[in-house]
Amino acid sequence: MDLTQALQIVCRSDAGMVRSHNEDAVFANAGAGLAILADGMGGYNAGEVASGMATTLLGNELEKAFLKTPPYQVDASGKLHAHVALEAEIARANTAIYQAAQSQPQYAGMGTTLVMALFHDNTMTVAHIGDSRLYRMRGDEFRQITRDHSLLQEQIDSGMISAEEARHSQNRNLVTRALGVDPVVEPEIRDYDTMPGDIYLLCSDGLNDMVEDEEISLTLQALSANLDLAATQLVQTANDSGGRDNVSVILVRILREYPAARGWFARLLQWFK
Amino acid sequence: MAAKLILSMDGLVLKEIPLSKERTTIGRKPHNDIQIDNLAISGEHAVIVTILNDSFMEDLNSTNGTYVNGQPVKKHFLQSNDVIELGKYKLKYISETPPQSTAADFEKTMVLRPDAMRKTAEQVAAKSMGDTQTGMRAMQSEHPITAPVGPAAAAAAAPPAPKGVGMGAIQILTGANVGKELELTKNLTTLGKPGVQVAVITRRPHGYFLTHVEGASFPVVNGVALDSHPRELKDHDVIELAGVKMEFFLKN
Repeated sequence: MDLTQALQIVCRSDAGMVRSHNEDAVFANAGAGLAILADGMGGYNAGEVASGMATTLLGNELEKAFLKTPPYQVDASGKLHAHVALEAEIARANTAIYQAAQSQPQYAGMGTTLVMALFHDNTMTVAHIGDSRLYRMRGDEFRQITRDHSLLQEQIDSGMISAEEARHSQNRNLVTRALGVDPVVEPEIRDYDTMPGDIYLLCSDGLNDMVEDEEISLTLQALSANLDLAATQLVQTANDSGGRDNVSVILVRILREYPAARGWFARLLQWFK
Repeated sequence: MAAKLILSMDGLVLKEIPLSKERTTIGRKPHNDIQIDNLAISGEHAVIVTILNDSFMEDLNSTNGTYVNGQPVKKHFLQSNDVIELGKYKLKYISETPPQSTAADFEKTMVLRPDAMRKTAEQVAAKSMGDTQTGMRAMQSEHPITAPVGPAAAAAAAPPAPKGVGMGAIQILTGANVGKELELTKNLTTLGKPGVQVAVITRRPHGYFLTHVEGASFPVVNGVALDSHPRELKDHDVIELAGVKMEFFLKN
């Protein structure tokens, strides 16, 4: 099912004002309903290799997987194919990055965060690992959908530290999960209903460390009519505030409903569209 | 890297204690890491939990309480130079970690290995998980656009007013709001009519910029129409937008 008419997607990725390399990577395919963002880590250019592998492998393999079986199909065990495919392909990407890191000394220790959204049947399936985030703007409400896999988030959750204190913590750059650093990784995969008019923001920590949620929300509200400009403005705001890290954003706007075509007639209709 | 405590009484330094352990206990009884043999101090008075570069102080329901910088506290996230007071004793917390802003590389994301994680997870597990939601802030519901508006935004990360440029402002020259003035104190100020024609003025460290947002026609500055690129605004530029003329000017 081609979602080009239902989704508008724009991507931006920038090295920032301080770093010489951009270790972030982005991938988007509106037709397949896919948006993927990865923030790589590791010495020299290994971070770029890890994030590049993650976005490319996942993008290409998932496009293929969903051509064969649509993501909304439910398998014999009652599981959505979206989940089955995401789990399988994330595991494969993890193995590929892990093996590259093991076999090549210059890539030792490399890894990457991952946040991705798959749109199908008026639903968004989100998978994430690490501290790259997904936010939703629905009407006036701006919400963080993913919860970071980071030491800081665990400290906030346990009540050890308040959200305000977290801003001053020295531990903000420690993630507790990453793709490609261990033989096995556990992604967090969840489903959310989408509504026409929703705007989704996927971003690396270079945005949310530099720009407060409130400012991000105001930018999206003020510039919602022009998604390209909104994405450019977010990156610019991060850079104007110091731009200490790479900054990447993907914005996805739901233009209209996109229910799955299940019956033979619906499928026939889809065919003629 | 390592943080330490300096124990003193009446201005006399008694001891320096490095925070090398995850839990450093303070109390009157001898099994404490920092023993203070004074009746004003409870047997188990307080504990300092150190996780990597961060330290937390927790009062263990002591009889006389624990004060940080003069305030009674139950639990406190320690910042360098905080002074912890127990009875007549003072413990100064010194963290030698350089501030983040001075070391760009410091912010590089790193993975916390599971074995390192297990230790902190134990401490974390002591409290109920997930009772606190993510650090979200309530959003203003004020709607942007229509005439010069744009909800108040005083984010800490917001760049300061452009240096050497002065505060920018807009004065309406024609239409119903003629004579009205608007100071451009926010990073983003949208102008125009939604669905018809909207432009935005962005405040950046080096000046103010006007950019087309939506609508078939583009804003006109000093008689020349913009393209899709931002245009830097100069003092006394005249902007035409959605049938209204306005002047941009710099104060001071």
